[in-house]
Amino acid sequence: MPECAFAPWTDPGAEPLIRFRNVTKRFGDFTAVRDLTLDIYEHEFFALLGPSGCGKTTMMRMLAGFETPSSGHIELAGQNIVPVPPNKRAVNMMFQSYALFPHLNVWDNIAFGLKRDGMPKDALRERVAEMLKLTHLERFARRKPHQISGGQRQRVALARSLAKAPKLLLLDEPMGALDKKLRQETQFELMDIQEKTGTTFVIVTHDQEEAMTVASRVAVMDEGELIQVATPSAIYEAPNCVYVADFIGDVNIIEGAAHRAGEDRYTVHWADGQAPLMAASDKAFSPAQNAFLAIRPEKVLVTAERPADAVNAIQGRIHDIAYLGNISTYHVEVAGGRMLKAQTANTRRIENRGFTWENRVWLSWDSTAGVLLER
Amino acid sequence: MRLSWFNITSLTLGFAFLYLPMIILVIYSFNESRLVTVWTGFSTKWYGELLSNQAFLDAAWVTLKVAVFSSTLATVLGTLAAYALVRGARFPGRTLFSGMIYAPLVMPEVITGLSLLLLFIGIGLDRGVLTIVLAHTTFAMCYVSVVVSSRLVSFDQSLEEAALDLGCSPWDAFRLVTLPIIAPAVISGWLLAFTLSLDDLVIASFTTGPSATTLPIKIFSAVRLGVSPEINALSTLMIAVVTLGVIIASLISKRNFVREQQGVAGRH
Repeated sequence: MPECAFAPWTDPGAEPLIRFRNVTKRFGDFTAVRDLTLDIYEHEFFALLGPSGCGKTTMMRMLAGFETPSSGHIELAGQNIVPVPPNKRAVNMMFQSYALFPHLNVWDNIAFGLKRDGMPKDALRERVAEMLKLTHLERFARRKPHQISGGQRQRVALARSLAKAPKLLLLDEPMGALDKKLRQETQFELMDIQEKTGTTFVIVTHDQEEAMTVASRVAVMDEGELIQVATPSAIYEAPNCVYVADFIGDVNIIEGAAHRAGEDRYTVHWADGQAPLMAASDKAFSPAQNAFLAIRPEKVLVTAERPADAVNAIQGRIHDIAYLGNISTYHVEVAGGRMLKAQTANTRRIENRGFTWENRVWLSWDSTAGVLLER
Repeated sequence: MRLSWFNITSLTLGFAFLYLPMIILVIYSFNESRLVTVWTGFSTKWYGELLSNQAFLDAAWVTLKVAVFSSTLATVLGTLAAYALVRGARFPGRTLFSGMIYAPLVMPEVITGLSLLLLFIGIGLDRGVLTIVLAHTTFAMCYVSVVVSSRLVSFDQSLEEAALDLGCSPWDAFRLVTLPIIAPAVISGWLLAFTLSLDDLVIASFTTGPSATTLPIKIFSAVRLGVSPEINALSTLMIAVVTLGVIIASLISKRNFVREQQGVAGRH
């Protein structure tokens, strides 16, 4: 991942390509986007992630020019684009339904935007050929959209929106209509194309895996607000609230009272008669403040005996085992009927593994494995 | 489903009820005899005679002119009205307008004819081909707009947004994307308007003047002096033209529907 090399958001001198400044969008009584401020930098692959109705599509439609903010303004390369109609913006969009023109063949679909710009014939032919090559569609240039497969249509839509070399490409759930396998392939292809063309991509998705795979940064949205904007790894390893931790991947949330136990260390009292859990946190908690300890299942170790050096260990009974081939998820019932999940990689063959239903096991993890959250 | 004797009987009765009078008319148009009700032998001479009857030919020419102009005008206006009502921004009273455009469909023709007559007299327009064209446009427009708006409702609006996104002005988006896609509906709307104009008697007789006699008016007045085999021949020809128009219109919309279904099926 280019994350270490490419991080303009950490550079205070970098000029963002897109700036949302206190943007609010209301539809009647419903507020789709609430006082939102966000910077997106050039060459970024930026993902807007959230459940349906969180305002992510509205953000994208405001960038494309199909919606006008109720208040606030949006800048593209330093220019306020709110009054600019969609056909005058250096922004192109790939639609969720692909919106291919059914009466035009693949070639004419890709050439459509270029023709509107009055591009000379030779240059146009060259550009379309380049786009067909980029998306491996050379053989289908003369086909109509209804004569090609879903995956091919998706690539035509991508080629058409990239043909005009926009400053910004918007992708609205681009993989929504593809099956899982094709989707994974396409995600890598998309990243490849993004790197080759150097275009800034903004993708809208409700699929957290997809956002994590393709994006340089992810914005998690809920009810019209940005909850967290960070790199995929930061979002996963250091979510800033239970909502984000829960939305991205699988997580165990243990609620309890936090007490300071040294520098950047807290104990969490989570159940009567149980040893408190130890967690590292650079955030400050007041004594006995209610806190949530979030631990990813793959960071929880399952053992038959209590590991001697374990900082946190809880005994429980295996309630359920989900075997997924490469990994297994154990649902373990611990004190107070609480269910915790632990994941182990199946590096051994199935008959060599020790645990089965109703076994008593120990769950253990390190003090830095989890994140302590206020809300 | 298998056809039972009951279904066969009801189908036969129904179709006989609908088409028997027309079949009799068509058969008698090939009758040798001048007496309409007495069959003496097969002949096409009444068709020949029809072609040498200048009055009928004039009426046919007027009818054709009226039908072409009114259906074209109705198609343009009806398509624009459908587009505005389906796609336009929500404006107060849109539902009322959408309902109102369909009202002439159920309005008795006598009332439409009479009100148009009063209007033409009121504004001092000489009655003739022009007034019939205007009158036919008025009622055919509703039919066109019904046909076109039903197509627009099922039309994926993101296609128009994609056109705008790729640099089209709203007019270009309509011209280059919307219109080619809804063209079959527009064409079947035109054919419908054309056939409606061809066979209209009531509204035409209200709004016509001495200079313009359409075929239905001609037939109606001729029949009052007694049915001649020539009229049968003429009516047969009109039935043929109207049938052809309706068949073409339904074929076009059916083919388009099938293609659209294929497109949708392929997408998933």
